[in-house]
Amino acid sequence: MSVLTREPVDARQHHAEKTGRVGAGVFSPRQLLISLPDALRKLDPRHQARNPVMFVVWVGSVLVTVFAITDPSVFTVALACWLWFTVLFANLAEAVAEGRGRAQAETLRRAKRETVARRLRDGREESVPGAELAIGDLVVVEAGEVIPGDGDVVEGIATVDESAITGESAPVIRESGGDLTAVTGGTTVLSDRIVVRISTRPGESFVDRMIALVEGAKRQKTPNEIALTILLSTLTIIFLLAVTALQPMSIHAGAPQSVAVLVALLVCLIPTTIGALLSAIGIAGMDRLVQRNVLATSGRAVEAAGDVSTLLLDKTGTITFGNRRATELIPVGESTVDELCAAARLSSLADETSEGRSIVELCPGFTTVPNAEFVPFSAQTRMSGVDFDGVSVRKGAASAVTDWVHAHGGEVPEAVAAITDRVAADGATPLVCAELSDGVATVHGVIRLSDVVKPGMRERFADLRAMGIKTVMITGDNPLTAKAIAAQAGVDDYLAEAKPEDKLALIRAEQEGGRLVAMTGDGTNDAPALAQADVGVAMNTGTAAAKEAGNMVDLDSDPTKLIEIVAIGKQLLITRGALTTFSLANDLAKYFAILPAMFAAIHPALDKLNVMGLATPKSAILSAVIFNALVIVALIPLALKGVRYRPGGASALLRRNLLVYGLGGVVTPFLGIWLIDLLVRHIPGIG
Amino acid sequence: MTDTTAGLLQLGVLLLALAVAYKPLGDHMARVFTSDRHLRVERGVYAAARVDPDSEQNWGTYARGVLGFSFVSILFLYLLQRIQPWLPMDFGRGAVEPSMAFNTAVSFVTNTNWQSYVPETVLGHSVQLVGLTVQNFVSAAVGLAVAIALIRGFTRSRTDRLGNFWVDLVRGVVRILLPLSFVFAIVLVALGVVMSLRSGVDYTTLDGAGHTSALAPAASQEAIKELGTNGGGIFNANSAHPFENPSAWTNLLEIFLLLVIPVSLTRTFGTLVGDRRQGTVLLAVMGTIWAGMLAVLWWAETHPNGPAALVAGASTEGKEVRFGIAGSALFANSTTGTSTGAVNSTHDSLSGLGGGTAMLNMLFGEMTPGGVGTGMYSILVMAIIAVFLAGLMVGRTPEYLGKKLGRREVTAAAIVLLAMPTVLLVGAGIAAVHPGTAAALNNSGAHGLSEILYAYASASNNNGSAFAGITVTSDWFQSSLGLCMLFGRLIPIIAVLCLAGSLAAQRKTPATAGTLPTTGPLFVGLLSGTVVLVAALTFVPALALGPIAEALA
Repeated sequence: MSVLTREPVDARQHHAEKTGRVGAGVFSPRQLLISLPDALRKLDPRHQARNPVMFVVWVGSVLVTVFAITDPSVFTVALACWLWFTVLFANLAEAVAEGRGRAQAETLRRAKRETVARRLRDGREESVPGAELAIGDLVVVEAGEVIPGDGDVVEGIATVDESAITGESAPVIRESGGDLTAVTGGTTVLSDRIVVRISTRPGESFVDRMIALVEGAKRQKTPNEIALTILLSTLTIIFLLAVTALQPMSIHAGAPQSVAVLVALLVCLIPTTIGALLSAIGIAGMDRLVQRNVLATSGRAVEAAGDVSTLLLDKTGTITFGNRRATELIPVGESTVDELCAAARLSSLADETSEGRSIVELCPGFTTVPNAEFVPFSAQTRMSGVDFDGVSVRKGAASAVTDWVHAHGGEVPEAVAAITDRVAADGATPLVCAELSDGVATVHGVIRLSDVVKPGMRERFADLRAMGIKTVMITGDNPLTAKAIAAQAGVDDYLAEAKPEDKLALIRAEQEGGRLVAMTGDGTNDAPALAQADVGVAMNTGTAAAKEAGNMVDLDSDPTKLIEIVAIGKQLLITRGALTTFSLANDLAKYFAILPAMFAAIHPALDKLNVMGLATPKSAILSAVIFNALVIVALIPLALKGVRYRPGGASALLRRNLLVYGLGGVVTPFLGIWLIDLLVRHIPGIG
Repeated sequence: MTDTTAGLLQLGVLLLALAVAYKPLGDHMARVFTSDRHLRVERGVYAAARVDPDSEQNWGTYARGVLGFSFVSILFLYLLQRIQPWLPMDFGRGAVEPSMAFNTAVSFVTNTNWQSYVPETVLGHSVQLVGLTVQNFVSAAVGLAVAIALIRGFTRSRTDRLGNFWVDLVRGVVRILLPLSFVFAIVLVALGVVMSLRSGVDYTTLDGAGHTSALAPAASQEAIKELGTNGGGIFNANSAHPFENPSAWTNLLEIFLLLVIPVSLTRTFGTLVGDRRQGTVLLAVMGTIWAGMLAVLWWAETHPNGPAALVAGASTEGKEVRFGIAGSALFANSTTGTSTGAVNSTHDSLSGLGGGTAMLNMLFGEMTPGGVGTGMYSILVMAIIAVFLAGLMVGRTPEYLGKKLGRREVTAAAIVLLAMPTVLLVGAGIAAVHPGTAAALNNSGAHGLSEILYAYASASNNNGSAFAGITVTSDWFQSSLGLCMLFGRLIPIIAVLCLAGSLAAQRKTPATAGTLPTTGPLFVGLLSGTVVLVAALTFVPALALGPIAEALA
């Protein structure tokens, strides 16, 4: 999948590091260091309370610190330090993710520098700061000026440089009326003069909303994140109870435990790994979207993307290249391919349509004809061609050319009808090419104009099918053509002769059946469907109405990106699930480390559980806590990058992730704690 | 025939009998709860109770029905015990003291059947028949009704109606529990179980001394005691008493009876959700854990680590010779794996590992296969937890049986998950340091703690079996264990009904290739792993000081 970025990732990274800020793109350990001040600020309990799991760790750290001060020992001091590190590392994960998100937003925000707007009031112009514009204001923008806010062109036509937003250097046309009216604040008008009606209040544009989503403070938890937080909180309460109830039982057994040890056990058991990384995962998911030049207005939309089970794709521009191209020459009668080729080329030389040009490209040969008189295509004749030196060449719709040949006394071979029918049945358009020379009209053959399916689409649709996603092609073509193209592209279903209301009805029907629908759209008439769809991706080139209706905007206006958006949504959920599983699986090893350390003195038989051969009770407990803290840092890159996702069926995915994160989660801490203990045991007072 | 061969034969016969009953009983139960016809006797009950059997309830009304019925039952049972002297067939046993009457009332209404009293000396036949036996039927039927309501949550879509609690309750009793109990009570009488309304028989033994053996209407009580996974014996020795469980044959029949409804309910579930494999998967999970735990328990009892048992070659203390090690292990594993709690051996005398196994069976939350109805809804909640975690790993908002597991569903499941460990750990934690505890315990050290843990595990999971070895007649134990039983039963029920309500309100999402498949071996492994892991993570610290320390010694 191609990824479009505004500037090379490495360059951005480099730039960010020079300026002492966290950059987007590839994660580097330096980003941890840079985010440290942010992480320290997040130690504020009001911030910690947002995350129940880490709040418990925070309270535990305070408790142990109090004991470390009142009754200092190497063990309690070391324990207190590492508990604080655990909280700090969690903050660090969030701070790095936010920093990267902010860096993404910064590139967008750079486009939003303060502008002076020329507001039209009662026909007179007045200069006001861009930030003071209100919805409905009319502003004038001329060549060389920056458009002060998002809006629609209501008057004029202009070329606009949108590279600040999209990174695409080629200017685009924006004009009043039709589907090319939308302009984005911060882009520059290159030529002409337009009047823009402002459609968003300053501070509420897409870029602003996006910035709010990647910056932690205003970030709202998504539905799935809330559900997961509830489950993690439940587990935390259960462990809190288990550890609290352990104290009276320890007293009963004659081995009361210190608060520090109980806190250590608790922190090791509660799902700190996922608790620490949960918000980073969410922010990083949004971030990955921005990296692909997609802006989402809600985190919910990104999650919904993972759940999509029906994908509506416009045929033109998404599945096919968007214009019909000549793909085959079929000679008939006594004509050779070369003769047909020459005739087809001649008849198309003056044809400026994309179809005409594609015929010229398909038929190489000499380029100029002296004294030629071109016959342009007209709706009456339904033919185009050229006349020179008493020779006439024509190409056009089968019936028109057939009539023309008959009118000049020629014969049309029977094969022509059969071929044109066959071509039409394939979903292509047949053109017949004929020549009149020396008073004899002959049909040279048939040119096939096909809607060319973009390369690689078939494979992508197969991937989607494996993921359980149904693809539906939307086209204005007749059912016959639609069916042929659908078969060629490998989509599961098609909607032919589709009108906007058909699209809306289809979405409603799918949703009624319990399926989530994603679609792309750009025109104002797409707006109802975009609003109805669970994931509606509006093209940046589209109208403001379309952008308002959808819940994502693709700055590159690339409809195939929907497929990547689905993958990003899935990756987000998988990363959460995988790290939760890993976090819980870790607990097994921690029991083997801590329980014998706590109780081997009173029940010597429990020492048999010390399978890692940890040196002393203190070294065992400290090693478990250190492992618990370090694993957070070790997993930050994974949380930011997301778990590797390959399209495939659910069973295969589950098996793989259970193996890697379930089994891996069981084994890793045994190794990790054992290794840490080898070092920790040398600390005097602990080993 | 060696003891092992005999044990394997019994196991084979048991599994065969369950396999034979599985389909007809499972499908019968499915029909009972989907039929729209009412029997004449049922109509009579509805008319008397002024219930419109054709109106359906939302989850709140359904839950209020369960709660109201339970509280009225507790009150009735309490008063019945207090006025015993004025009832017929009281044999002069007097009024039951308040704390014991409270504990017993809660115990039988919550399907726990924890017995802090000695039946032969405390209760007359009136309280037994009118109070306890009635609760043996209706408490089981309540569990069944809640399970059916949850299943309806999965099968229905876009509705707030979950059925009618009173109809489900009456049908469970009239069409399932009563007929089966009647038939098997007669079979038990034929196999030698006592059925008598006399208080006892007097006889003179060879040494010339006069003795009295208590008699009771045991057979009728025995059938529903097992079938309704109740477990409250009409004699103190419970199923170890030769009048309740005279032979290896009755022993096997009783094990069959306590397993048959929870096991067959998986078939009912599969039938009702329209995909039998979904039921088979749950059965496979229950069966896998039950079989695994049986293997451990059986092995532990034949490979004991105590000095006396080592001399004997097996842990025979506290076991009936007529059942042997295998018959006792099979019974102990099944009575703790279902929430029955009847015992045919003294669990206090099980080896450290064996006792720990029995305790762990309860700590799983009673779902292997669990009590009548309660096992089904408990394992479905666990399936929701498993699907939620695993579902994320396939990249979709988790779905189970076409229903999305969002915030409400996870919250309800979390409350169920939280209720039992909370009441258990709080109760056992306080009991461990309560000043009266030391005097109540027969043993000190690790085994003493095991006795405390077992008591609270049994109460909180509504099992009712006792480790014995602990005297629980003090006001503290009567009331704390009573509250554990009450909250351990009712909090999950309310949460489960709320869950059912939010599931029923959803529309069904069709399964695609991207949906987590909840059939097949992978899911069996996943769900079994979740059940074991959740219990292990929660209780290992406590178990380490009790059974684990004992077993490793």
